[in-house]
Amino acid sequence: MSGMTHILSAARLNRLFLAGELSAVEIAESALSRIAKVEPQVGAFLHVAAEHVLDRAKKLDARRRAGDNEFGPLAGVPIAVKDNICTCGMETTCASRMLKGYVSPYDATVVERLRASGAMIIGKTNMDEFAMGSSGEASAFQTTRNPWDLERVPGGSSSGSAAAVAAGEVPLALGTDTGGSIRQPAAFTGVVGLKPTYGYVSRYGVVSFASSLDQVGPLGHDVEDVARLFEVIAGPDRRDATNAGRTPPELKFGGDPSLAGVRLGVPRELFGQGIDSGVKARVEEAIRQLEDLGATVEECSLPSTEYALSAYYVIALAEASSNLARYDGVRYGFRAAQTGGLTEMYSKTRGEGFGAEVKRRIMLGTYVLSSGHYDAYYRKAQQVRTLVVRDFERAFERFDALVTPTTPFTAWRIGEKIDDPMAMYLGDICTIPVNLAGLPAISVPCGFVDGLPVGMQLIGKHFADAQLLQMAWAYQKVTKHHESRPVLTEEGGR
Amino acid sequence: MALTRDEIARVAHMARLSLSEEEIEGFAEQLSRILEHVERINQVDVTDVPPTYHAVTLQNVLREDEPQPSLERETVLALAPESEAGCYKVPKITEG
Repeated sequence: MSGMTHILSAARLNRLFLAGELSAVEIAESALSRIAKVEPQVGAFLHVAAEHVLDRAKKLDARRRAGDNEFGPLAGVPIAVKDNICTCGMETTCASRMLKGYVSPYDATVVERLRASGAMIIGKTNMDEFAMGSSGEASAFQTTRNPWDLERVPGGSSSGSAAAVAAGEVPLALGTDTGGSIRQPAAFTGVVGLKPTYGYVSRYGVVSFASSLDQVGPLGHDVEDVARLFEVIAGPDRRDATNAGRTPPELKFGGDPSLAGVRLGVPRELFGQGIDSGVKARVEEAIRQLEDLGATVEECSLPSTEYALSAYYVIALAEASSNLARYDGVRYGFRAAQTGGLTEMYSKTRGEGFGAEVKRRIMLGTYVLSSGHYDAYYRKAQQVRTLVVRDFERAFERFDALVTPTTPFTAWRIGEKIDDPMAMYLGDICTIPVNLAGLPAISVPCGFVDGLPVGMQLIGKHFADAQLLQMAWAYQKVTKHHESRPVLTEEGGR
Repeated sequence: MALTRDEIARVAHMARLSLSEEEIEGFAEQLSRILEHVERINQVDVTDVPPTYHAVTLQNVLREDEPQPSLERETVLALAPESEAGCYKVPKITEG
Protein backbone atom coordinates (compact mmCIF):
# COMPACT_ATOMS: atom_id res chain seq x y z
CA MET A 1 0.00 0.00 0.00
CA SER A 2 2.72 2.48 0.86
CA GLY A 3 3.91 2.51 -2.74
CA MET A 4 0.46 3.62 -3.84
CA THR A 5 -0.07 6.72 -1.77
CA HIS A 6 0.15 8.86 -4.90
CA ILE A 7 -3.37 7.84 -5.83
CA LEU A 8 -4.83 8.52 -2.38
CA SER A 9 -6.51 11.76 -1.41
CA ALA A 10 -5.33 13.95 1.46
CA ALA A 11 -8.50 13.07 3.38
CA ARG A 12 -7.77 9.36 2.97
CA LEU A 13 -4.08 9.70 3.92
CA ASN A 14 -5.09 11.65 7.01
CA ARG A 15 -7.59 8.95 8.04
CA LEU A 16 -5.07 6.15 7.45
CA PHE A 17 -2.45 8.01 9.47
CA LEU A 18 -4.82 8.67 12.35
CA ALA A 19 -6.00 5.04 12.33
CA GLY A 20 -2.40 3.85 12.46
CA GLU A 21 -2.76 1.98 9.16
CA LEU A 22 -0.06 4.04 7.47
CA SER A 23 2.74 5.76 9.32
CA ALA A 24 3.72 9.30 8.40
CA VAL A 25 7.16 7.94 7.47
CA GLU A 26 5.59 5.43 5.07
CA ILE A 27 3.53 8.21 3.50
CA ALA A 28 6.53 10.53 3.22
CA GLU A 29 8.73 7.79 1.76
CA SER A 30 6.08 6.87 -0.74
CA ALA A 31 5.70 10.48 -1.85
CA LEU A 32 9.47 10.86 -2.12
CA SER A 33 9.72 7.75 -4.25
CA ARG A 34 6.94 9.00 -6.51
CA ILE A 35 8.79 12.31 -6.80
CA ALA A 36 12.06 10.52 -7.63
CA LYS A 37 10.25 8.56 -10.32
CA VAL A 38 8.41 11.33 -12.16
CA GLU A 39 10.47 14.47 -11.46
CA PRO A 40 12.95 13.81 -14.27
CA GLN A 41 10.03 14.22 -16.67
CA VAL A 42 7.84 16.78 -14.91
CA GLY A 43 10.28 19.08 -13.11
CA ALA A 44 7.70 20.47 -10.69
CA PHE A 45 10.03 21.01 -7.73
CA LEU A 46 12.84 23.50 -7.25
CA HIS A 47 13.70 21.95 -3.92
CA VAL A 48 12.68 18.58 -2.47
CA ALA A 49 13.09 18.64 1.29
CA ALA A 50 13.62 14.89 1.79
CA GLU A 51 15.43 15.15 5.09
CA HIS A 52 13.01 17.67 6.48
CA VAL A 53 9.92 15.71 5.55
CA LEU A 54 11.24 12.43 6.98
CA ASP A 55 12.26 14.12 10.19
CA ARG A 56 8.84 15.71 10.44
CA ALA A 57 7.15 12.36 9.70
CA LYS A 58 9.11 10.62 12.45
CA LYS A 59 7.97 13.26 14.93
CA LEU A 60 4.34 12.85 13.88
CA ASP A 61 4.62 9.08 14.25
CA ALA A 62 6.18 9.42 17.68
CA ARG A 63 3.40 11.74 18.77
CA ARG A 64 0.77 9.32 17.51
CA ARG A 65 2.40 6.35 19.21
CA ALA A 66 2.52 8.34 22.45
CA GLY A 67 -1.25 8.60 22.31
CA ASP A 68 -1.50 12.22 21.11
CA ASN A 69 -4.93 12.73 19.59
CA GLU A 70 -4.74 16.47 19.03
CA PHE A 71 -3.80 16.17 15.37
CA GLY A 72 -4.98 18.71 12.84
CA PRO A 73 -6.88 17.95 9.63
CA LEU A 74 -3.74 17.57 7.49
CA ALA A 75 -1.76 15.32 9.82
CA GLY A 76 0.34 12.94 7.76
CA VAL A 77 -0.38 14.70 4.46
CA PRO A 78 2.56 15.66 2.24
CA ILE A 79 2.14 19.14 0.77
CA ALA A 80 4.10 21.15 -1.76
CA VAL A 81 4.49 24.90 -1.36
CA LYS A 82 5.00 27.42 -4.13
CA ASP A 83 8.41 29.01 -3.97
CA ASN A 84 7.13 32.54 -3.31
CA ILE A 85 5.83 31.51 0.12
CA CYS A 86 8.36 31.86 2.93
CA THR A 87 9.43 28.68 4.67
CA CYS A 88 11.90 28.66 7.53
CA GLY A 89 14.74 26.26 6.85
CA MET A 90 14.01 25.88 3.13
CA GLU A 91 14.97 28.14 0.26
CA THR A 92 12.42 30.66 -0.99
CA THR A 93 13.63 31.88 -4.37
CA CYS A 94 10.53 32.89 -6.34
CA ALA A 95 12.32 31.01 -9.15
CA SER A 96 14.57 34.06 -9.51
CA ARG A 97 18.32 34.47 -9.62
CA MET A 98 17.66 37.47 -7.41
CA LEU A 99 16.75 35.23 -4.46
CA LYS A 100 18.81 32.13 -5.21
CA GLY A 101 19.98 30.69 -1.90
CA TYR A 102 17.67 32.88 0.17
CA VAL A 103 16.35 31.12 3.27
CA SER A 104 13.68 33.10 5.05
CA PRO A 105 14.21 33.50 8.80
CA TYR A 106 10.46 33.21 9.39
CA ASP A 107 7.46 31.23 8.16
CA ALA A 108 4.59 32.74 6.22
CA THR A 109 1.35 32.61 8.20
CA VAL A 110 -0.03 29.98 5.80
CA VAL A 111 3.06 27.84 6.43
CA GLU A 112 2.69 28.21 10.20
CA ARG A 113 -0.90 27.09 9.80
CA LEU A 114 0.17 24.13 7.64
CA ARG A 115 2.66 23.02 10.24
CA ALA A 116 0.07 23.38 13.03
CA SER A 117 -2.37 21.25 11.04
CA GLY A 118 0.09 18.35 10.96
CA ALA A 119 0.94 18.72 7.26
CA MET A 120 4.36 17.62 6.04
CA ILE A 121 5.95 20.17 3.70
CA ILE A 122 7.81 18.11 1.14
CA GLY A 123 9.32 20.83 -1.00
CA LYS A 124 9.08 24.09 -2.90
CA THR A 125 7.58 24.21 -6.35
CA ASN A 126 8.69 25.90 -9.53
CA MET A 127 6.87 28.97 -10.82
CA ASP A 128 7.18 31.83 -13.23
CA GLU A 129 9.74 34.21 -11.76
CA PHE A 130 8.07 36.32 -9.03
CA ALA A 131 4.73 34.81 -10.21
CA MET A 132 4.91 36.79 -13.45
CA GLY A 133 3.78 34.54 -16.25
CA SER A 134 1.11 32.13 -17.44
CA SER A 135 3.20 29.19 -18.59
CA GLY A 136 5.86 28.48 -16.00
CA GLU A 137 8.51 29.18 -18.63
CA ALA A 138 9.60 32.39 -16.94
CA SER A 139 11.32 30.43 -14.15
CA ALA A 140 15.02 31.28 -14.01
CA PHE A 141 15.86 27.68 -13.16
CA GLN A 142 13.83 25.10 -15.06
CA THR A 143 10.78 24.49 -17.22
CA THR A 144 8.02 22.45 -15.64
CA ARG A 145 6.19 20.17 -18.06
CA ASN A 146 2.52 19.35 -18.23
CA PRO A 147 2.05 15.76 -17.01
CA TRP A 148 -0.70 15.28 -19.63
CA ASP A 149 1.66 16.11 -22.47
CA LEU A 150 5.29 16.68 -21.64
CA GLU A 151 5.74 18.90 -24.69
CA ARG A 152 3.23 21.38 -23.29
CA VAL A 153 3.28 23.98 -20.54
CA PRO A 154 1.49 23.28 -17.24
CA GLY A 155 0.26 26.87 -17.10
CA GLY A 156 1.41 29.41 -14.56
CA SER A 157 2.46 31.03 -12.56
CA SER A 158 1.83 28.18 -10.04
CA SER A 159 3.28 25.77 -12.62
CA GLY A 160 5.06 23.44 -10.23
CA SER A 161 2.23 23.26 -7.69
CA ALA A 162 -0.28 22.25 -10.37
CA ALA A 163 2.06 19.80 -12.08
CA ALA A 164 3.09 18.19 -8.78
CA VAL A 165 -0.55 17.49 -7.93
CA ALA A 166 -1.41 16.31 -11.45
CA ALA A 167 1.59 13.96 -11.53
CA GLY A 168 0.61 12.41 -8.19
CA GLU A 169 3.69 13.71 -6.39
CA VAL A 170 1.55 15.30 -3.68
CA PRO A 171 -2.20 15.27 -3.02
CA LEU A 172 -2.21 19.00 -2.24
CA ALA A 173 -0.18 22.11 -2.95
CA LEU A 174 -0.28 25.81 -2.20
CA GLY A 175 -0.23 28.33 -5.01
CA THR A 176 -0.79 32.06 -5.33
CA ASP A 177 -3.17 33.82 -7.69
CA THR A 178 -2.83 37.42 -8.84
CA GLY A 179 -4.60 37.15 -12.21
CA GLY A 180 -5.30 33.43 -12.53
CA SER A 181 -2.07 31.82 -11.35
CA ILE A 182 -3.86 29.08 -9.38
CA ARG A 183 -6.89 28.54 -11.61
CA GLN A 184 -5.22 28.57 -15.03
CA PRO A 185 -2.55 25.93 -14.23
CA ALA A 186 -5.23 23.92 -12.39
CA ALA A 187 -7.30 23.95 -15.60
CA PHE A 188 -4.28 23.08 -17.80
CA THR A 189 -3.31 20.10 -15.62
CA GLY A 190 -6.76 18.77 -14.75
CA VAL A 191 -6.79 19.56 -11.04
CA VAL A 192 -8.97 21.66 -8.74
CA GLY A 193 -7.72 25.13 -7.78
CA LEU A 194 -9.32 27.73 -5.53
CA LYS A 195 -8.56 31.47 -5.50
CA PRO A 196 -10.09 32.57 -2.20
CA THR A 197 -11.79 35.91 -1.58
CA TYR A 198 -9.20 38.67 -1.22
CA GLY A 199 -8.50 39.01 2.49
CA TYR A 200 -9.58 35.52 3.55
CA VAL A 201 -6.03 34.13 3.59
CA SER A 202 -3.11 35.99 5.12
CA ARG A 203 -0.46 37.32 2.75
CA TYR A 204 2.11 37.65 5.54
CA GLY A 205 5.32 35.99 4.37
CA VAL A 206 4.09 35.67 0.80
CA VAL A 207 6.39 37.52 -1.58
CA SER A 208 4.35 40.40 -2.94
CA PHE A 209 3.66 40.79 -6.66
CA ALA A 210 0.55 42.99 -6.78
CA SER A 211 -0.64 43.54 -3.24
CA SER A 212 -4.25 44.47 -4.01
CA LEU A 213 -4.71 41.31 -6.12
CA ASP A 214 -2.50 38.55 -4.63
CA GLN A 215 -4.11 35.71 -2.73
CA VAL A 216 -2.84 32.29 -1.59
CA GLY A 217 -4.94 29.23 -2.33
CA PRO A 218 -5.03 25.44 -2.54
CA LEU A 219 -4.65 23.04 -5.48
CA GLY A 220 -5.65 19.38 -5.24
CA HIS A 221 -7.25 16.44 -7.01
CA ASP A 222 -10.68 16.87 -5.55
CA VAL A 223 -12.86 19.53 -4.02
CA GLU A 224 -12.93 17.99 -0.54
CA ASP A 225 -9.14 18.06 -0.27
CA VAL A 226 -9.03 21.61 -1.57
CA ALA A 227 -11.67 22.64 0.98
CA ARG A 228 -9.69 20.96 3.75
CA LEU A 229 -6.56 22.93 2.88
CA PHE A 230 -8.56 26.14 2.45
CA GLU A 231 -10.00 25.78 5.95
CA VAL A 232 -6.49 25.35 7.35
CA ILE A 233 -5.00 28.44 5.69
CA ALA A 234 -7.94 30.88 5.86
CA GLY A 235 -8.60 33.06 8.87
CA PRO A 236 -7.60 36.17 10.80
CA ASP A 237 -4.01 37.37 10.95
CA ARG A 238 -3.01 40.63 12.55
CA ARG A 239 0.29 40.63 10.64
CA ASP A 240 -1.53 41.23 7.35
CA ALA A 241 -3.34 44.56 7.49
CA THR A 242 -5.45 43.61 4.46
CA ASN A 243 -6.66 40.42 6.11
CA ALA A 244 -10.41 40.55 6.60
CA GLY A 245 -10.25 38.90 10.01
CA ARG A 246 -12.87 36.32 9.06
CA THR A 247 -12.94 32.61 9.72
CA PRO A 248 -14.68 30.49 7.08
CA PRO A 249 -17.66 28.38 8.17
CA GLU A 250 -16.95 24.71 8.81
CA LEU A 251 -17.40 22.76 5.60
CA LYS A 252 -19.29 19.48 5.50
CA PHE A 253 -19.71 17.39 2.40
CA GLY A 254 -22.11 14.54 2.08
CA GLY A 255 -25.59 13.44 1.16
CA ASP A 256 -27.02 13.66 -2.31
CA PRO A 257 -25.41 16.30 -4.45
CA SER A 258 -27.97 18.95 -5.31
CA LEU A 259 -27.94 22.46 -6.67
CA ALA A 260 -31.67 22.97 -6.21
CA GLY A 261 -32.43 26.66 -5.85
CA VAL A 262 -28.96 27.75 -7.00
CA ARG A 263 -29.05 30.51 -9.63
CA LEU A 264 -26.13 30.50 -12.02
CA GLY A 265 -25.24 33.20 -14.53
CA VAL A 266 -23.20 32.68 -17.68
CA PRO A 267 -21.46 35.91 -18.73
CA ARG A 268 -21.70 36.08 -22.49
CA GLU A 269 -18.49 38.11 -22.80
CA LEU A 270 -16.50 35.16 -21.44
CA PHE A 271 -18.20 32.62 -23.61
CA GLY A 272 -17.92 33.91 -27.11
CA GLN A 273 -15.17 35.25 -29.28
CA GLY A 274 -11.73 33.93 -28.53
CA ILE A 275 -12.93 30.83 -26.67
CA ASP A 276 -11.78 27.62 -28.35
CA SER A 277 -14.74 25.62 -29.66
CA GLY A 278 -13.62 22.43 -27.88
CA VAL A 279 -13.28 24.23 -24.56
CA LYS A 280 -16.67 25.84 -25.09
CA ALA A 281 -18.28 22.46 -25.77
CA ARG A 282 -16.87 20.94 -22.56
CA VAL A 283 -18.04 23.85 -20.43
CA GLU A 284 -21.48 23.76 -22.06
CA GLU A 285 -21.74 20.07 -21.15
CA ALA A 286 -20.76 20.96 -17.60
CA ILE A 287 -23.43 23.65 -17.48
CA ARG A 288 -26.05 21.10 -18.55
CA GLN A 289 -24.89 18.86 -15.70
CA LEU A 290 -25.22 21.77 -13.28
CA GLU A 291 -28.79 22.20 -14.55
CA ASP A 292 -29.44 18.48 -14.07
CA LEU A 293 -28.36 18.97 -10.47
CA GLY A 294 -31.16 21.51 -10.07
CA ALA A 295 -29.46 24.83 -10.77
CA THR A 296 -31.16 27.42 -12.92
CA VAL A 297 -28.87 28.85 -15.56
CA GLU A 298 -29.30 32.15 -17.41
CA GLU A 299 -27.12 34.26 -19.61
CA CYS A 300 -25.85 37.52 -18.17
CA SER A 301 -23.46 40.30 -19.12
CA LEU A 302 -20.26 41.75 -17.70
CA PRO A 303 -19.87 44.59 -20.23
CA SER A 304 -16.64 46.04 -18.78
CA THR A 305 -14.83 42.72 -19.13
CA GLU A 306 -13.30 43.75 -22.41
CA TYR A 307 -11.38 46.46 -20.60
CA ALA A 308 -10.50 44.35 -17.55
CA LEU A 309 -7.30 42.94 -19.02
CA SER A 310 -5.94 46.40 -19.80
CA ALA A 311 -6.86 47.73 -16.38
CA TYR A 312 -5.32 44.66 -14.78
CA TYR A 313 -1.98 45.08 -16.50
CA VAL A 314 -1.72 48.71 -15.48
CA ILE A 315 -2.65 48.01 -11.85
CA ALA A 316 -0.71 44.76 -11.42
CA LEU A 317 2.45 46.10 -13.02
CA ALA A 318 2.31 49.42 -11.20
CA GLU A 319 2.06 47.55 -7.91
CA ALA A 320 4.77 45.11 -9.00
CA SER A 321 7.25 47.80 -9.97
CA SER A 322 6.82 49.30 -6.54
CA ASN A 323 6.94 45.96 -4.66
CA LEU A 324 10.03 44.77 -6.51
CA ALA A 325 11.94 47.94 -5.65
CA ARG A 326 13.03 46.11 -2.49
CA TYR A 327 15.40 43.88 -4.46
CA ASP A 328 18.35 46.21 -4.48
CA GLY A 329 21.24 44.02 -3.37
CA VAL A 330 21.41 45.53 0.10
CA ARG A 331 19.43 43.47 2.60
CA TYR A 332 19.17 40.02 1.02
CA GLY A 333 19.57 38.10 -2.19
CA PHE A 334 21.83 38.73 -5.12
CA ARG A 335 24.30 41.60 -5.48
CA ALA A 336 26.19 42.18 -8.72
CA ALA A 337 29.98 42.08 -8.56
CA GLN A 338 31.36 45.28 -7.14
CA THR A 339 31.38 48.20 -9.54
CA GLY A 340 31.39 51.93 -8.93
CA GLY A 341 28.90 53.60 -6.62
CA LEU A 342 25.56 52.79 -5.06
CA THR A 343 23.34 53.66 -8.02
CA GLU A 344 25.37 51.50 -10.33
CA MET A 345 25.26 48.64 -7.81
CA TYR A 346 21.44 48.88 -7.72
CA SER A 347 21.10 48.93 -11.50
CA LYS A 348 23.55 46.14 -12.19
CA THR A 349 22.12 43.97 -9.42
CA ARG A 350 18.61 44.37 -10.78
CA GLY A 351 19.67 44.12 -14.42
CA GLU A 352 21.51 40.85 -13.78
CA GLY A 353 19.23 39.42 -11.07
CA PHE A 354 15.85 39.72 -12.82
CA GLY A 355 14.75 37.74 -15.88
CA ALA A 356 13.23 39.19 -19.06
CA GLU A 357 9.54 38.97 -18.09
CA VAL A 358 10.11 40.56 -14.69
CA LYS A 359 12.12 43.40 -16.23
CA ARG A 360 9.44 43.92 -18.87
CA ARG A 361 6.80 44.25 -16.16
CA ILE A 362 8.89 46.51 -13.91
CA MET A 363 9.51 48.74 -16.94
CA LEU A 364 5.84 48.96 -17.80
CA GLY A 365 4.84 49.53 -14.18
CA THR A 366 7.42 52.27 -13.78
CA TYR A 367 6.26 53.89 -17.01
CA VAL A 368 2.55 54.01 -16.07
CA LEU A 369 3.38 55.45 -12.65
CA SER A 370 5.80 58.04 -13.96
CA SER A 371 5.00 61.71 -13.93
CA GLY A 372 2.74 62.71 -16.79
CA HIS A 373 1.32 59.21 -17.22
CA TYR A 374 -0.16 58.51 -13.79
CA ASP A 375 -3.62 59.96 -14.46
CA ALA A 376 -3.87 58.56 -17.99
CA TYR A 377 -2.99 55.03 -16.95
CA TYR A 378 -2.99 54.27 -13.25
CA ARG A 379 -5.93 56.37 -12.09
CA LYS A 380 -7.91 55.49 -15.19
CA ALA A 381 -7.28 51.80 -14.64
CA GLN A 382 -8.53 52.02 -11.06
CA GLN A 383 -11.69 53.72 -12.34
CA VAL A 384 -12.21 50.96 -14.90
CA ARG A 385 -11.69 48.53 -12.04
CA THR A 386 -14.70 50.11 -10.34
CA LEU A 387 -16.76 49.38 -13.45
CA VAL A 388 -15.63 45.75 -13.37
CA VAL A 389 -16.63 45.54 -9.69
CA ARG A 390 -20.03 47.08 -10.47
CA ASP A 391 -20.64 44.55 -13.26
CA PHE A 392 -20.17 41.74 -10.78
CA GLU A 393 -22.35 43.47 -8.17
CA ARG A 394 -25.15 43.74 -10.71
CA ALA A 395 -24.77 40.10 -11.71
CA PHE A 396 -24.80 38.94 -8.10
CA GLU A 397 -28.15 40.65 -7.52
CA ARG A 398 -29.60 37.93 -9.74
CA PHE A 399 -27.18 35.04 -9.37
CA ASP A 400 -25.46 33.04 -6.64
CA ALA A 401 -22.47 32.27 -8.83
CA LEU A 402 -21.19 32.73 -12.37
CA VAL A 403 -19.86 30.01 -14.69
CA THR A 404 -17.16 30.50 -17.31
CA PRO A 405 -14.36 28.50 -18.90
CA THR A 406 -11.25 28.95 -16.73
CA THR A 407 -9.14 29.52 -19.82
CA PRO A 408 -10.04 30.25 -23.45
CA PHE A 409 -7.89 27.35 -24.68
CA THR A 410 -6.01 24.29 -23.43
CA ALA A 411 -2.29 24.08 -22.65
CA TRP A 412 -0.03 25.32 -25.44
CA ARG A 413 3.32 23.94 -26.57
CA ILE A 414 6.44 24.88 -24.68
CA GLY A 415 8.01 27.86 -26.45
CA GLU A 416 4.92 28.63 -28.52
CA LYS A 417 4.09 32.02 -26.98
CA ILE A 418 7.36 32.94 -25.36
CA ASP A 419 8.13 35.77 -27.80
CA ASP A 420 4.62 37.16 -27.81
CA PRO A 421 3.79 38.40 -24.30
CA MET A 422 0.49 39.94 -25.41
CA ALA A 423 -0.80 36.61 -26.76
CA MET A 424 0.01 35.02 -23.42
CA TYR A 425 -1.67 37.81 -21.46
CA LEU A 426 -4.88 37.36 -23.50
CA GLY A 427 -5.18 33.81 -22.17
CA ASP A 428 -6.00 35.22 -18.73
CA ILE A 429 -9.17 37.00 -19.81
CA CYS A 430 -11.56 34.76 -17.83
CA THR A 431 -9.60 34.81 -14.59
CA ILE A 432 -8.36 38.41 -14.33
CA PRO A 433 -11.69 40.20 -13.70
CA VAL A 434 -12.12 38.04 -10.59
CA ASN A 435 -8.92 39.37 -9.00
CA LEU A 436 -9.81 42.97 -9.84
CA ALA A 437 -13.04 42.49 -7.87
CA GLY A 438 -11.43 40.45 -5.07
CA LEU A 439 -13.93 37.61 -5.57
CA PRO A 440 -13.47 33.90 -4.87
CA ALA A 441 -13.33 31.52 -7.83
CA ILE A 442 -12.63 27.84 -8.31
CA SER A 443 -11.50 25.88 -11.36
CA VAL A 444 -12.74 22.29 -11.59
CA PRO A 445 -11.83 19.74 -14.27
CA CYS A 446 -14.69 19.35 -16.78
CA GLY A 447 -13.28 17.05 -19.44
CA PHE A 448 -10.71 16.99 -22.22
CA VAL A 449 -10.06 18.34 -25.69
CA ASP A 450 -7.59 16.21 -27.68
CA GLY A 451 -6.33 14.62 -24.49
CA LEU A 452 -5.74 17.95 -22.74
CA PRO A 453 -7.69 18.95 -19.61
CA VAL A 454 -10.31 21.72 -19.61
CA GLY A 455 -11.35 23.69 -16.53
CA MET A 456 -14.69 25.21 -15.63
CA GLN A 457 -14.59 28.30 -13.43
CA LEU A 458 -17.22 29.11 -10.81
CA ILE A 459 -17.10 32.68 -9.47
CA GLY A 460 -18.81 33.56 -6.18
CA LYS A 461 -19.67 36.54 -4.03
CA HIS A 462 -17.21 37.95 -1.51
CA PHE A 463 -16.61 35.43 1.26
CA ALA A 464 -18.88 32.85 -0.40
CA ASP A 465 -15.89 30.53 -0.81
CA ALA A 466 -17.62 27.78 1.17
CA GLN A 467 -20.69 28.02 -1.04
CA LEU A 468 -18.52 27.76 -4.16
CA LEU A 469 -16.80 24.69 -2.78
CA GLN A 470 -20.21 23.11 -2.11
CA MET A 471 -21.28 23.76 -5.70
CA ALA A 472 -18.02 22.40 -7.08
CA TRP A 473 -18.39 19.34 -4.84
CA ALA A 474 -21.88 18.65 -6.18
CA TYR A 475 -20.61 18.87 -9.76
CA GLN A 476 -17.65 16.65 -8.99
CA LYS A 477 -19.96 14.11 -7.35
CA VAL A 478 -21.76 13.44 -10.65
CA THR A 479 -18.69 13.55 -12.90
CA LYS A 480 -15.48 11.55 -13.06
CA HIS A 481 -13.17 14.07 -14.70
CA HIS A 482 -11.21 14.72 -11.53
CA GLU A 483 -10.43 11.01 -11.24
CA SER A 484 -8.54 10.90 -14.55
CA ARG A 485 -4.78 10.72 -14.14
CA PRO A 486 -2.10 11.32 -16.75
CA VAL A 487 -0.01 8.31 -17.70
CA LEU A 488 3.60 9.25 -17.36
CA THR A 489 5.57 7.29 -19.94
CA GLU A 490 7.92 5.39 -17.61
CA GLU A 491 4.95 3.84 -15.86
CA GLY A 492 3.75 2.02 -18.94
CA GLY A 493 0.10 2.05 -17.99
CA ARG A 494 -2.08 2.51 -14.97
CA MET B 1 1.84 54.60 -28.63
CA ALA B 2 5.37 53.92 -29.81
CA LEU B 3 8.07 54.27 -27.20
CA THR B 4 11.44 55.57 -28.30
CA ARG B 5 14.80 54.19 -27.33
CA ASP B 6 15.40 57.28 -25.17
CA GLU B 7 12.14 56.84 -23.29
CA ILE B 8 13.01 53.23 -22.54
CA ALA B 9 16.43 54.30 -21.28
CA ARG B 10 14.82 56.97 -19.09
CA VAL B 11 12.33 54.49 -17.58
CA ALA B 12 15.10 51.93 -17.05
CA HIS B 13 17.06 54.51 -15.11
CA MET B 14 14.03 55.34 -12.94
CA ALA B 15 13.55 51.62 -12.27
CA ARG B 16 17.28 51.17 -11.58
CA LEU B 17 17.60 48.49 -14.22
CA SER B 18 20.73 48.28 -16.31
CA LEU B 19 19.67 47.02 -19.72
CA SER B 20 21.68 45.89 -22.70
CA GLU B 21 21.21 47.62 -26.08
CA GLU B 22 19.39 44.51 -27.22
CA GLU B 23 17.02 44.63 -24.27
CA ILE B 24 16.30 48.31 -24.83
CA GLU B 25 15.35 47.67 -28.44
CA GLY B 26 13.25 44.62 -27.55
CA PHE B 27 11.41 46.44 -24.79
CA ALA B 28 10.75 49.47 -27.00
CA GLU B 29 8.88 47.24 -29.42
CA GLN B 30 7.15 44.99 -26.85
CA LEU B 31 6.13 47.74 -24.44
CA SER B 32 4.72 49.78 -27.32
CA ARG B 33 2.52 46.86 -28.31
CA ILE B 34 1.36 46.23 -24.76
CA LEU B 35 0.60 49.93 -24.23
CA GLU B 36 -1.37 49.95 -27.46
CA HIS B 37 -3.60 47.26 -25.98
CA VAL B 38 -3.72 48.91 -22.56
CA GLU B 39 -4.85 52.20 -24.10
CA ARG B 40 -8.23 50.64 -24.73
CA ILE B 41 -9.12 51.88 -21.26
CA ASN B 42 -9.20 55.36 -22.74
CA GLN B 43 -12.27 54.39 -24.74
CA VAL B 44 -14.23 54.00 -21.52
CA ASP B 45 -16.18 56.89 -20.08
CA VAL B 46 -15.22 57.05 -16.42
CA THR B 47 -16.48 60.53 -15.63
CA ASP B 48 -17.55 60.60 -11.96
CA VAL B 49 -16.46 56.98 -11.43
CA PRO B 50 -14.38 56.72 -8.24
CA PRO B 51 -11.21 54.62 -8.40
CA THR B 52 -11.07 51.24 -6.62
CA TYR B 53 -7.76 50.66 -4.87
CA HIS B 54 -8.90 47.65 -2.90
CA ALA B 55 -11.80 45.44 -3.88
CA VAL B 56 -12.63 44.34 -0.36
CA THR B 57 -13.02 47.51 1.63
CA LEU B 58 -11.35 47.70 4.99
CA GLN B 59 -11.13 50.87 6.98
CA ASN B 60 -8.57 51.96 9.54
CA VAL B 61 -7.36 48.63 10.77
CA LEU B 62 -6.10 49.53 14.22
CA ARG B 63 -4.37 47.61 16.95
CA GLU B 64 -2.65 48.38 20.21
CA ASP B 65 0.89 49.60 19.69
CA GLU B 66 2.63 47.00 21.81
CA PRO B 67 6.16 45.68 21.39
CA GLN B 68 6.25 42.19 19.89
CA PRO B 69 9.09 39.72 19.59
CA SER B 70 11.11 40.35 16.46
CA LEU B 71 13.92 38.71 14.52
CA GLU B 72 17.45 38.86 15.92
CA ARG B 73 19.65 41.48 14.28
CA GLU B 74 22.36 38.88 13.53
CA THR B 75 19.85 36.58 11.84
CA VAL B 76 18.70 39.34 9.56
CA LEU B 77 22.14 40.78 8.81
CA ALA B 78 23.39 37.30 7.92
CA LEU B 79 21.10 37.43 4.88
CA ALA B 80 22.76 40.56 3.51
CA PRO B 81 25.40 40.40 0.76
CA GLU B 82 27.60 42.56 2.99
CA SER B 83 27.36 43.89 6.53
CA GLU B 84 29.67 45.41 9.09
CA ALA B 85 29.37 46.46 12.72
CA GLY B 86 25.66 45.68 12.91
CA CYS B 87 24.85 47.62 9.73
CA TYR B 88 24.27 46.91 6.07
CA LYS B 89 27.26 47.78 3.96
CA VAL B 90 26.85 49.40 0.55
CA PRO B 91 29.22 50.89 -2.02
CA LYS B 92 30.03 54.57 -1.65
CA ILE B 93 27.01 56.80 -1.98
CA THR B 94 28.74 59.87 -3.43
CA GLU B 95 29.92 59.40 -6.97
CA GLY B 96 33.30 60.41 -8.35
